[in-house]
Amino acid sequence: MDIHEYQAKQILASFGVSIPRGGIVYSPETAENKAREIGGLKWVVKAQIHSGARGKAGGIIVCNSPLEVAQATDKLLGKKLVTNQTGPGGKIVNRIYIEEATDIDKELYLGLVFDRSSESIMVVASTEGGMSVEEISKDKPETIIRSKIEVAVGIQSFQARELAFGLGIDSELITRASDTIIGCAKAFSELDATMVEVNPLVISKQKQILALDCKMSFDNNAMFRRNKVSELRDKTQEDDKEVYASDRGLNYVSLDGNIGNIINGAGLAMASMDMIKLAGGEPANFLDVGGGATPEKIVKAFKLITMDEKVRVILVNIFAGINRCDWVAEGIVQALKKIEIKVPLVIRLAGTNVEKGNKILRDSKIKYIEANTLEDAANKAVKALNK
Amino acid sequence: MAVIIEKNTKIIIQGFTGKMGTFHADEMIKYGSNVVGGVTPGKGGQKHLDRPVFNTVKDAVKHTGATASILFVPPAFAADSAMEAADAGIKTCVAIVDGIPSHDMIRIKRYMRRYSKEDKMTLVGPNCAGIISPGKSMLGIMPGHIYKEGRVGIISRSGTLGYEAAQQMKNLNIGVSTSVGIGGDPINGSSFRDIIEKFETDDETDAILMIGEIGGPQEVAAAEFVKANMKKPVIGYIAGLTAPKGRVMGHAGAIVSAYGESAIEKVEILRECGVVISKNPSVMGDTVKSVLEKI
Repeated sequence: MDIHEYQAKQILASFGVSIPRGGIVYSPETAENKAREIGGLKWVVKAQIHSGARGKAGGIIVCNSPLEVAQATDKLLGKKLVTNQTGPGGKIVNRIYIEEATDIDKELYLGLVFDRSSESIMVVASTEGGMSVEEISKDKPETIIRSKIEVAVGIQSFQARELAFGLGIDSELITRASDTIIGCAKAFSELDATMVEVNPLVISKQKQILALDCKMSFDNNAMFRRNKVSELRDKTQEDDKEVYASDRGLNYVSLDGNIGNIINGAGLAMASMDMIKLAGGEPANFLDVGGGATPEKIVKAFKLITMDEKVRVILVNIFAGINRCDWVAEGIVQALKKIEIKVPLVIRLAGTNVEKGNKILRDSKIKYIEANTLEDAANKAVKALNK
Repeated sequence: MAVIIEKNTKIIIQGFTGKMGTFHADEMIKYGSNVVGGVTPGKGGQKHLDRPVFNTVKDAVKHTGATASILFVPPAFAADSAMEAADAGIKTCVAIVDGIPSHDMIRIKRYMRRYSKEDKMTLVGPNCAGIISPGKSMLGIMPGHIYKEGRVGIISRSGTLGYEAAQQMKNLNIGVSTSVGIGGDPINGSSFRDIIEKFETDDETDAILMIGEIGGPQEVAAAEFVKANMKKPVIGYIAGLTAPKGRVMGHAGAIVSAYGESAIEKVEILRECGVVISKNPSVMGDTVKSVLEKI
């Protein structure tokens, strides 16, 4: 789960990380007042969307008066911002963060992630703040320094100091910089985060160390014990169909193609999408109804797929193990009594009692194209599309 | 002898009396697995499926001599249960549960470092289908009858894609020595490399099918091991050719976040390391067949 920049900043501030003064607004009227409340002579108006690279997309505006702050807020609110991370649809701006402008001396990079190779938490830092970590790894890999956190004891002061010195920070600021790194590491560990990124972490001309932009992501599997974090979810930043799916226990990812698919199991779903591509088609989605493929899940899956206007063919591929194909077939027949499908439907069943399952489908009144193998299913779906 | 489990391996079920535990324990018993009891804290002393229930894993091990366990406890309590199994001297623990927080998985793995190599439990999963040695024992949730007895080892992150492979092989009259589902989570108990190493020394396995997917470094680590150490042929398939970068594809671990983690990159590295690639998921069985014919 992702959260907004201002939410991440508030969390990090509660762990002792310094942030510029700022406040959140939802309307231009309050923006002007908020700017006065924050004080200073220069402000930054920042569109809050779940994406990086907002600056290049026009989502960050520097203002020289409270009136300009109000105008900038008016310009951004309600707008769909398209960045290189949002996809062509962009993301809607419903919240604006207003912040005092910072006199930047140096820009640094600080990130924490799970390192899957060493199975530990890795701190990554670089002197090249402001660039994405991918760009840094590509163009300035020699500037990257890393430190592994031993989860049993958490980050140690010496590790934070080593990182701070490694970044070339002045001696007088080392303690402050170490505290910032330790704060981020504690937030990561204590809140079940999967990513904390402060980019840039800046040293101001007034010798302050400030988190100027932050991103945090959290482990969805840990939300049962992170009530306060889960309250920060902003569904307006997610794809409508993906929200519908996640609220109903379906694993769904919206894609750009036109062959909708309903599959049980994540691996089999990816494999089926690959077959569609190899057959010359494009999948409209990834959808895993779970290993069991219960009739309830199948009904929900059909509802979800029919919400997608791009879909011109539906491919169902179920490998029924313990749950048997006849039971899954009954589920499909029941589902199609409730939902009208206007596009061609290809169904491939495999596994336990496949003959019985196929017979149930054939004897029912549903209109569909039967397929035997994964390849056969993908070929028939693409063929149906071209008719 | 088979890898990891034997015909007579004594198995206990953690989360025995729950709905999932009951259903799958029953399936395992029907398959012929030697299920000797189970654990549900607070229900010790009762009988369930004609087998004793214990309060703690230590009690269960003491009274039954169990060396393997399978977890059907909810994700919030799964880490605790896995560590309890490790501490009670269980040798093999399969965690079926989907949804264990990654921070908990790291803690389990750190906790297990306290044991010497000989005393260390093999943890398989989480979020996996488990282990089956066809005709011998099933420590998992797979449909047992789709696996024919034979001499090919299977390792798969995905459950259903592993079933698909076993079924394709059965249709071609090719059997399986042992199939291990290592699970779809970013941090797991056993990696491809851990299991492939066991297959290399297994005298009942002639070739290994490795079914990977996007995300994480494990397929590549296994391929490097294959190149440096393996004599037996390895066949590979990687799912997720069409998966967009940076999105989680169902499995928590199926996300491309670094170089070498996309399907195309993994296929290329596997091929360079001498792994025979199944060009699509529909021909996993055929690819295994063509490799076996050359042995």
